[in-house]
Amino acid sequence: MIRIVDIGMNHETAPVEVRELLSFGEKDRDKAFHDIQAVKNIKEYLLLSTCNRVEILFTTEREKQVRESVITFLSRVSGIARDELTPLLYIYDDQEAIRHIFRVGASLDSMMLGEPQILGQVKEAYRIAVDTKSSSVILNRLMHRTFSLAKRIRTNTGIAGSAVSISFAAVELAKKIFGDLKGKGVLLMGAGEMAELAATYLLKNKVARILVANRTFSRAVDLAEQFQGSAISFDEIEGQLPGVDIVITSTASPEPIISFDQAKRIMKVRKNRPLFFIDIAVPRNVEPRVNEIGNVFVYDIDDLKGIIDDNVGKRQAEAIKAERMVDEEVLKFSAWLRTLEVVPTIKELQQKCERIFQGELQRTLSGLKDLTPEQRKGFERMAKSITKKLLNDPIVFLKGKGERGSQDLYLDIARKLFNLDGDAREDDE
Amino acid sequence: MDSVFFRLTLSLYLVATGGFLYFILKRNKKAGIWSHRILILGFVLHTVSLLIEYYRLGAVPCLSFKSSLAFFSWAIVAAYIIFQARFRILVLGSFVVPLSVILMILSSTIPISPVTVRPIFKGLLLPVHVTASLLGDGIFVIAFIAGIMYLIQEHQIKTKRLGAFYARLPSLNILDSINYYAISYGFLLLSIGMITGSIVAQSAHGTYWRWDPKEVWSLLTWLSYAVLLHQRMAVGWRGRRSALMAIGCFFVLIFTFLGVNLLMEGYHSFESLEGKPAP
Repeated sequence: MIRIVDIGMNHETAPVEVRELLSFGEKDRDKAFHDIQAVKNIKEYLLLSTCNRVEILFTTEREKQVRESVITFLSRVSGIARDELTPLLYIYDDQEAIRHIFRVGASLDSMMLGEPQILGQVKEAYRIAVDTKSSSVILNRLMHRTFSLAKRIRTNTGIAGSAVSISFAAVELAKKIFGDLKGKGVLLMGAGEMAELAATYLLKNKVARILVANRTFSRAVDLAEQFQGSAISFDEIEGQLPGVDIVITSTASPEPIISFDQAKRIMKVRKNRPLFFIDIAVPRNVEPRVNEIGNVFVYDIDDLKGIIDDNVGKRQAEAIKAERMVDEEVLKFSAWLRTLEVVPTIKELQQKCERIFQGELQRTLSGLKDLTPEQRKGFERMAKSITKKLLNDPIVFLKGKGERGSQDLYLDIARKLFNLDGDAREDDE
Repeated sequence: MDSVFFRLTLSLYLVATGGFLYFILKRNKKAGIWSHRILILGFVLHTVSLLIEYYRLGAVPCLSFKSSLAFFSWAIVAAYIIFQARFRILVLGSFVVPLSVILMILSSTIPISPVTVRPIFKGLLLPVHVTASLLGDGIFVIAFIAGIMYLIQEHQIKTKRLGAFYARLPSLNILDSINYYAISYGFLLLSIGMITGSIVAQSAHGTYWRWDPKEVWSLLTWLSYAVLLHQRMAVGWRGRRSALMAIGCFFVLIFTFLGVNLLMEGYHSFESLEGKPAP
């Protein structure tokens, strides 16, 4: 009986040093495919390799033997002894393998729950499998189910809904304040990875201009160039504040740079147009009280971290919904897989009956020499329709059983009843 | 018995309400889009039913409390459809449509009473007076709802507790723009309504202004919105203050619409409109 098996490792089961050894680059991949193809009794297979995981998904009728060969292959490629490698691997078969690949595709098994890259990587892995013709009926359907499920989970649950990085959360907030960020002005005070990342996101959202202020003017000029903005000196800040809408501060100043009174003055000049301070600095660059002024919003690093923690929690809550969708899909796929197992028996049954009726028909017809061609055709039609009608109920029954449980028993009975394996008589006698 | 059109309208509005609530709860965009379509269909039927009434009576179907509730509901839906076309935020429907459906249900619970259509109700200016006033009121409902939405969203952002509404409500900027547009156009329509009303009064009673309670309260409403508009345009009020004031003005308006008609006497009260002698 054909089985689906998945052997692999991910960020939870194996350290990065091991995963590195098994990350197949573009060149190694062809070689790896070749090696896997050489494994005896492997039918369909797919190789997924990202920085967080390695998976070999395959189908076979000799699970045990192929499993061993695949582990041997992984051990050879990584240069890690089998005994050491095996505890780092997980092996899933049948429903568990189906569930695993569904979860991987839907980003439920990712280090950052709901991250979007994994689906693209799985699609790429499948594309290669299709190109090398190593994917066929079962994997084709399994992968297409994986993709559509992943898409459904993404749109119907909030698993990828809310921002989980500081810079992204800040930009999302900006959108909730200003709506469209097109045409907004940004002032970047100080530098730093997070501040620059936030500025990059804002630029992607088509803000009109970015001003950069820094204690060292040359650094400001460098950054300004990077963001296609303009550099200003620290003394110019108050003069520029009425003209910008988003201020990102991350200077090392021990005292707040923006005071309550100053912010009030600025808001008067701005005619209360909203102003958003993203204060990533520690200690803070913006006096916390500034947040109390109408139409001014101040978020410091702790506020943003708090939001991210909440969002991660939200994603985890949504993941429960997603897991339920995975469960449903696993059941559907297993049912389909079982109907596949009925197919050979049904075929054999049809062939056997066909053979019997054809044999009898020929014998009968050879005795009736003076039949007209129309009459002969009539006999043939009758034989065919008897075959069809006689087999209809058993086939429907077997197919129905394929979708429910206890299918093995009925398949077995059917095969014995019709002596499809050709040995029943000897057994009985 | 209410007309078939009225009942069909009410059913469609109810379906749309359910859809809009499902939309905001589950964030199911399809539900929102379909609710909007169903609402528009309901609105068309509603308009037809009002036109039929208009031809039957020869006057605006706004002479009893029952019919004016339905008319107000129509005005609110009309205002919503206009603002939806302009700002494209379906979630507005999740707030506005339940409100108009409640008015429709209220209207349907009041038994129909015969109305005497006096000659003064006929003529061209009165429909303009009533439609402009009520459409203005409908738009002020939008300003009121946008104000509430603004306060919820602003509270979440200011206190840094981003709850369930954070993702569902639009940006502060859009809500503030709705506030601005709603108050400007609502004010314009209310002004038209009051001017045409006084002309009608002049031709019917020989005087533009009679210090009727409805007139006094309408003037107060008009003044409140005038102050708000002035603060916005000249002083630069925005956001929270403007939202709060839009909500405050709306309570004055509601009193003018309901309180004056139900509690006070005058020629605008329904008892007088329906042709019964005031008690």
